[in-house]
Amino acid sequence: MLTLSTHLNTYLVIGAVLFGFGIFGLVRRPSLIGMLISVELVLSGASVNFMAFNHFLAPDPTVGQIITLFIMAIAAAEAAIALSIVLAVYRNYKSIETEDLVELKG
Amino acid sequence: MNPSLFSPEGLAGVIFLILICVTMIGAIIATCTTRLIRSVSGLAVCFVGVAGLYYFLNSPFVAMMELLIYVGAVCVTIAFAIMLAEPDEAKQARKITGLSGGLAAICGGFFAYALAYAAVNGKWMTPAVKRVNDGSLKEIGLSLLTRYSMVFELVSIVLLIAIVGALVLAQSGRDKA
Repeated sequence: MLTLSTHLNTYLVIGAVLFGFGIFGLVRRPSLIGMLISVELVLSGASVNFMAFNHFLAPDPTVGQIITLFIMAIAAAEAAIALSIVLAVYRNYKSIETEDLVELKG
Repeated sequence: MNPSLFSPEGLAGVIFLILICVTMIGAIIATCTTRLIRSVSGLAVCFVGVAGLYYFLNSPFVAMMELLIYVGAVCVTIAFAIMLAEPDEAKQARKITGLSGGLAAICGGFFAYALAYAAVNGKWMTPAVKRVNDGSLKEIGLSLLTRYSMVFELVSIVLLIAIVGALVLAQSGRDKA
């Protein structure tokens, strides 16, 4: 139990569980910001997987770290864009619930 | 093979278990609470745990970046967006039916189980070649400025476009508010 940190499978299962929580939140959340939070969980699950393979299996151990840094940059850009879209939607509809956003042409 | 609890390895194992618990509790808070601001706090807790996992994976630089970018920037940005676009309380109460929660649990559980099953049962082979470097911060910097310099520049352009695009998107419709 105390040597869990030296096994590849531990990290892979953690990444899978984070991904599963992200999908769970994506389906369950009724609001746009809640879905964005779940997307961040999905991305971090993918990052954990990359870092685990990088540490245990990769011949060049910088590759996974660099990919994780790029994932972080893309996630930050995605969060900024998504939140400004959420603000624009809120100004037009006075709501960020997905059920209220049913008009196609505003 | 099992170290005693008070040896350095045993204490590291205990810290690792605590980090797993922090990550999982953060993920549960992020997905299961009703109020969005609690959800963002759970996300921050979850990212702190993930940063600790990165530290155990021998990359303290990525762990620091996780703390800086996710906890320090992304979570704060989402918190600002929640403050600017706060949905009213009565509307929130009528949502979340039982069916949607059950369906979500089935979907998430299926994905998590499938991925974990594939991960545990996969035959991961250690590569035949020896490691070319130790993955230290110096090596990351060298790789970023030599082999991955093109991607590095492209990411900077993506971030610039994201900043400008976020400003343009948030600015449109400002007069209607």
